[in-house]
Amino acid sequence: MPESSLDIFPPKVKDICSSSIECRPSPLRQSSQSSLPLHRNYMLSTFCTEKNVQECLSHISQEVSSLGLPPVWMESGGSSEMNVVAVLNCIYDLIQLHRRGLRTLENMEVEQLKSSSNLDYLQLTSTQLKEQLELSKRENTGLLERERQLQLKVKSLQNCLKNEKEEVQKLQNIIASRASQYNHEMKRKEREFNKLRERLNQLLVDKKEKKQAIDVLNNIGRADGKRSLWKTEKTEAKHEGEMYKTLLSDYDIRQRELLLENAELKKVLQQMKKDMVSILSSKKPTLKDDQHQDDDIQADLEEEVFDSSKESVELYCVHAREKLTNSIRLQWRRLKSHVERLDNQASLAQIGRSKNTDAVSRETHEEEMDRLKLEIQQCKDFIQTQHQLLQQQLSSPYDEEKASLLSDCYMLQEKERFRDEWKTLEEQRKIFERERRNFTEAAIRLSHERKAFEDDRATWLKHQFLNLSPFADSNKPQMSKSKSAFLISKTEASAASAPEKLIKRPSDTTSPTPRCVPLTSPSTAELYPTLCLVPENRSTKPKRLTEHVEESSNFLNGNVPAQHKHWNDREDHSSHTLTKEKTSSI
Amino acid sequence: MNFSEVFKQSNQLCKVSPDGKYLATCVQYRLVVRDVSTLQILQLYTCLDQISHMDWSSDSLFILCAMYKRGLVQVWSLEQPDWHCKIDEGSIGLVSSRWSPDGRHILNTTEFHLRVTVWSLCTKAVSYIKYPKACQKGIDFSRDGCYMALAERRDCKDYVSVFVCDDWHLLRHFETETQDLAGLEWSPNGCVLAVWDSCLEYKVLLYSLDGRLLSTYSAYEWSLGVKSVTWSPSSQFLAIGSYDEKVRILNHITWKKIAQFEHIATINNTKAVVYKEVEKRPAVGSDDLSLHNITIGTTLFNTQSKYEICPPPVQVPVVKPDPDRANPKIGVSTLAFSSDSRYLATKNDNMASVVWVWDMQKMSLLAVLEQTSAVRCFQWDPRRPRLALCTGNTKLYLWSPAGCVSVQVPTEDQQTWNSCFMTLA
Repeated sequence: MPESSLDIFPPKVKDICSSSIECRPSPLRQSSQSSLPLHRNYMLSTFCTEKNVQECLSHISQEVSSLGLPPVWMESGGSSEMNVVAVLNCIYDLIQLHRRGLRTLENMEVEQLKSSSNLDYLQLTSTQLKEQLELSKRENTGLLERERQLQLKVKSLQNCLKNEKEEVQKLQNIIASRASQYNHEMKRKEREFNKLRERLNQLLVDKKEKKQAIDVLNNIGRADGKRSLWKTEKTEAKHEGEMYKTLLSDYDIRQRELLLENAELKKVLQQMKKDMVSILSSKKPTLKDDQHQDDDIQADLEEEVFDSSKESVELYCVHAREKLTNSIRLQWRRLKSHVERLDNQASLAQIGRSKNTDAVSRETHEEEMDRLKLEIQQCKDFIQTQHQLLQQQLSSPYDEEKASLLSDCYMLQEKERFRDEWKTLEEQRKIFERERRNFTEAAIRLSHERKAFEDDRATWLKHQFLNLSPFADSNKPQMSKSKSAFLISKTEASAASAPEKLIKRPSDTTSPTPRCVPLTSPSTAELYPTLCLVPENRSTKPKRLTEHVEESSNFLNGNVPAQHKHWNDREDHSSHTLTKEKTSSI
Repeated sequence: MNFSEVFKQSNQLCKVSPDGKYLATCVQYRLVVRDVSTLQILQLYTCLDQISHMDWSSDSLFILCAMYKRGLVQVWSLEQPDWHCKIDEGSIGLVSSRWSPDGRHILNTTEFHLRVTVWSLCTKAVSYIKYPKACQKGIDFSRDGCYMALAERRDCKDYVSVFVCDDWHLLRHFETETQDLAGLEWSPNGCVLAVWDSCLEYKVLLYSLDGRLLSTYSAYEWSLGVKSVTWSPSSQFLAIGSYDEKVRILNHITWKKIAQFEHIATINNTKAVVYKEVEKRPAVGSDDLSLHNITIGTTLFNTQSKYEICPPPVQVPVVKPDPDRANPKIGVSTLAFSSDSRYLATKNDNMASVVWVWDMQKMSLLAVLEQTSAVRCFQWDPRRPRLALCTGNTKLYLWSPAGCVSVQVPTEDQQTWNSCFMTLA
């Protein structure tokens, strides 16, 4: 209701007010401030004075006309008299307008009050509602939280339930398996019981009982050959004793082993301790903190010296052991802390290091890795190819030649070796053949020479006989028919040692002819001992008849059989040595 | 490798004498003794019934042949073929028969394990041992042959009796803390006796020679427990294989577990070498199936096989056992140490075609051998670290740290055969 009147008026009032303010800023501004509280503050307005009556009149008429009222004064009238009625009407209209304005103002104030109170009320309700909302939100979150916790609980309870179910299942399985096992055992026992019952029945019914018996052909001896002993207290005690001896020896062995192990471990610990101490003491200058550590290390070193001097005795004492282990622990703790410190330092240093060096080291590392990977791949490929080749080899079909070749390949080397050896043996055999031939020829020649010599000797003797007279010098040159005579005269003195020479000589050369010759001594006196030697020698020497000796005997006639035999023996000996040589060369 | 011709033998009774000179085989009721090097038949003995069990005495002079059905044991001498010995157990029956370590006594276990009769071949004397226990391994002789440990059960309690083999004098008799004793084994140095419980409870007890309890070991409760136990030849380790597919190694100083070997289905270990047997069947074209080729016979169907090295990760074939049956085929059933104690070979029953070789110095897996069929048995060479195994086909497989090889054995049929390994120098 008041709003409707307000609707009508405000635009007009607004327009009027705004237009009046626009048109006449200067004089009205002075009086506009006091226009509203007009009935309260009745001030004498200084708008119109006697001087500006016309202006004021025109101004006022403009204003009034702008307000929509009939004009107050018309310019065209000659007289300066105002239409009092019109002015009074105007004033009345103005007063009405003013009253109306005031009324609307009141209404608007009332409205404003109402609306502000409404606003307050609404604000109040809104804050209340907001608080309520907050509260309910909090409650909601609380409820959600509770719900979540309850869900977790539900889940854990479900897990527990599942576990319990599984355990129940497992226990049921165990029970089932045990039950089946028990049943099985019971059935077995029942079956045995039934068998026993039957057997008992059978035995009771069947009176004919077959007795136990042993039938041995004869008693056999005990395994260890001793006689069995009667069972007496002495034997029982002996058995007990033996049993304890076995146990004790076993414990002894074990204790010895444990002692050795213990000693080793103690040595290792001592060594470790020494090393740790040396490491820690060498790091002394780099330690930043703990002066007391130096003292401790000193004390340790002293302790250590002390310990090592009385090592063997004290190590078996409990106190020494404890001391050792405690000191090891202490040193280890120190070493550990030191290493940790170093680690920290290193990590700090690494962080502080520039990126480049980091990248470089990583790069080199990666390069290294790549190289190694490549190497591994190459090796794998190599192995693969090898494997393939091997498979090919194994699976490829054989032809006969290849097979025979391959089957022989292992023996090839040996065959070669054997061939070579055979060759050398052949050569040696040839050599020996040659030597034998030479020997035989030499023997033949020798026999001829001997024969010649004998003839010579015979003639010489004959001459000697016949020339017992002073004609001694005439036949001497006849002796030098055979070369052998010279050599024989040379070796007269060494006739006794001839056998040894013979033994040695043939082994040196392949031309035995000149050497073999000085066998027989020239003088008859010396010949007899040599002849006498022959039977002895023959008896001592074993019958080693090699082929070429037999051959030579064919060639020689039986002129001087003893000598020949002598020579044979010598040759035998030579052949023996030759064979000896032969065997030694092989 | 040279193979002899195939000899007929029944019942897998084929044993080489302890001194390595003779080979004894049983064919039905005949006992054939051959020389190992020439394989000439040296002796032929005839027993009264089909031979169930045959064994050499420790000095290789006598052989015992047991006929369980008739309750008879016959002993033959190699030196004097005319010598005979017959032990008749009578109506009491016979379940097992064995030699004593000195080779002069025979221990017969009667039917229902009523008692153990000790027959002496020297004096014809008889001794009886009451209440022997019928279990997986109830009797064990120490390696030096001095002592015998026997498991007994009286009044629902387990006992162990230690006898001196010299005169069968009872040295010690003590109760064991087991529920149901399954087996006992002497350590190779003869000073410790390992006793283990049945599979219903995981418990391994260690007793000293004089009967004192040294230690008890139990890895877990309730689930099925110990399946197999073996000592290392140096007596340093005790390996326990259990139904949870793991092997636990105890040390002889503290008797505590020092290592645990797991047999996992997926092998990711890069240090272990996995050998996989790959069969190569010779390709048979239709034109090859001439009569001639078929009559060549088995060579057509014999497959060549070789080993391939598989890179990790390798998936091992696993067979899940039937959960309702007793004694399930799961767990480590066979363990064997090499003679220098450096390697341990194991077999897990639900991975039956795989043999695992572990390095005892590093306590880690060294090699895995995957065969095409289930492994029947394996044995180490008594001199060097070489493992031989067979899977029931005509091949013999050898593993050594240097590598793995499969050798074809020239037999006619693909029969199962258990290897009888005795490698001479």
